[in-house]
Amino acid sequence: MSATFLGMPGNFPKNAAKAVHNSQLRYNLRKATHTIRGKRANVVGELPDWQELRAAGKAIKDHTLRNLDRYLIQLEEAVTRAGGTVHWARDAAEANAIVAGLVKATGETEVVKVKSMATQEIELNQALAEQGITAYETDLAELIVQLGDDFPSHILVPAIHRNRSEIREIFLEKMPKVPPHLTDDPPALAEAARLHLRERFLKSKVAISGANFMVAETGTLVVLESEGNGRMCLTLPETLISVVGIEKLLPSWRDLEVFLQLLPRSSTGERMNPYTSMWTGAVEGQDFHLVLLDNGRTDVLADEVGRQALRCIRCSACLNVCPVYERAGGHAYGSVYPGPIGAILTPQLRGMSSDLDASLPFASSLCGACYEVCPVAIDIPEVLVDLRAKAPHAAAERAGMKVAGWILNDHERLAKAQRAASRLRGLIPKRLPGPMSAWTDTRDMPEIPEESFRDWWERNERA
Amino acid sequence: MSAREEILARIGKAVAGAADVEIPRHYRTAPQVEDLVGLFAERVDDYRAIVHVLPAAEVPAKIDEVVAGRRMIVPEGFDREGGWTDLDTADGVITYCAVGIAETGTIVLDHGPGQGTRAQTLVPDYHLCVVRADQIVGGVPEAVARLDPARPLTWISGPSATSDIELNRVEGVHGPRTLEVIIST
Repeated sequence: MSATFLGMPGNFPKNAAKAVHNSQLRYNLRKATHTIRGKRANVVGELPDWQELRAAGKAIKDHTLRNLDRYLIQLEEAVTRAGGTVHWARDAAEANAIVAGLVKATGETEVVKVKSMATQEIELNQALAEQGITAYETDLAELIVQLGDDFPSHILVPAIHRNRSEIREIFLEKMPKVPPHLTDDPPALAEAARLHLRERFLKSKVAISGANFMVAETGTLVVLESEGNGRMCLTLPETLISVVGIEKLLPSWRDLEVFLQLLPRSSTGERMNPYTSMWTGAVEGQDFHLVLLDNGRTDVLADEVGRQALRCIRCSACLNVCPVYERAGGHAYGSVYPGPIGAILTPQLRGMSSDLDASLPFASSLCGACYEVCPVAIDIPEVLVDLRAKAPHAAAERAGMKVAGWILNDHERLAKAQRAASRLRGLIPKRLPGPMSAWTDTRDMPEIPEESFRDWWERNERA
Repeated sequence: MSAREEILARIGKAVAGAADVEIPRHYRTAPQVEDLVGLFAERVDDYRAIVHVLPAAEVPAKIDEVVAGRRMIVPEGFDREGGWTDLDTADGVITYCAVGIAETGTIVLDHGPGQGTRAQTLVPDYHLCVVRADQIVGGVPEAVARLDPARPLTWISGPSATSDIELNRVEGVHGPRTLEVIIST
């Protein structure tokens, strides 16, 4: 089982400070993010109407969120009509209990899984393990993370922080029946994973997936993938359980024409991903269950500035252009949602009561590159700034800001303070003690001149 | 209150008073493509699939040629003598499709006649797909408009692939390692 993000100690600055000293990690990340951002730019450049698609994608999502209750009811009706069963879950515990109950009802103790952010978010694998059910990840990267007892570090390529020799080590150590003399050649590693999972696919009776999109009008669910592990899980087992966040909805079938262009080009940098599966209710004799997950999403929806984070289609383009992510890596964010989108989504979903979550809105240089590449135009910097204002601040910082505000609000007070600063310039410390040191450690104190500009101006005017 | 009622109530409260949004659809719904077959063949080839463009009359002979020596699944509705093989022993599968998309090099199966079940085009290591020229559209919007959401749909762009190891593309992880496409003109 992969480890859990809950209870990860520290905060973003501490985690990042540790990560940037890992030169192997920095090399792996730099190589991967630069490759993928180049591919993305090429295929986005091919479409003359990219900005129009982006505007439509943004508006479709905003319209859906505005009418989310109505469209969820419509979805439920359509899925039910097509022979599926819909369940609603307020939070992670409720969703996990529903899934565990459904698996137990089949009499099975093993399930196969399609890579899914929602099930990572609710720690489904751990919850199932507690109920005696083993969940096997089947996406190659998720398998690497699971076998390595590791955390995912990227939305699209969760094992991006591992290079081929590290992956070979993990396979040799943890994969039963590993081929002898396994090399670190990527095709050899992929073949080992194929053999490892093939038998499991063919004998599994229950599969668990997420979905990239759900269509309210038709009740259709959509999964995009590359390897075929998704298709294996979605088609071979007798029971399919999909756990999907309520924001993954699109109103109409037609809307897919926008998102099936935006998502592949933004995420893998391909014109289209190798496989997309769509199914409506129970098909080809399968028993189908859909678990609709809230888990904090309605809180995000209630925030006028922050709700735009719910437009996210999990493409990860923002991670690949972020200078902070490139150096700190995904683990520093302490959540399944790393990078710029994680910095706004995680503290909104979980609240900012922990040190880690309160530090996430500050995990950015506000350069704006994430907003530029976002296929649904989420203004991540705007939300970051808004969350920074809402984040808890140290008492000393609040007191300092209060004093600064009092001085800056009155020109006579400011002039007096400047004169005092000039006279005392030798005594003013370059670094502040205690909780204020975080501020001065990363900023240079400006030189205080012998004479303020006001005084200089007054003197020269008189002369 | 049930979870359903509570979630719906929370949503209603969260968006109360928010303005609705008009959806601008100024993007291309029918891209102008001069040579649909040519662009489709080029883009499918880009995904490292094998592509042949042939007059309809020559397709049966080409199929004989490329499947020679393979134990093939021939799904119901495919215009071909049956008596080939089943899922467990198959080397490959041969199917028609519902739609081809030129801009993206994608074939879409709706698992209607001659297209097999979803598993039949997945488990064997080799997939041969016959696409009629009149099934090819320019872009994604025209494909979505032609498809029936009530059917299970499988969109295929090249063979199975992964980029999970240092972003190196490797073909054939869990799905077919080889995709061969015959475009019948």
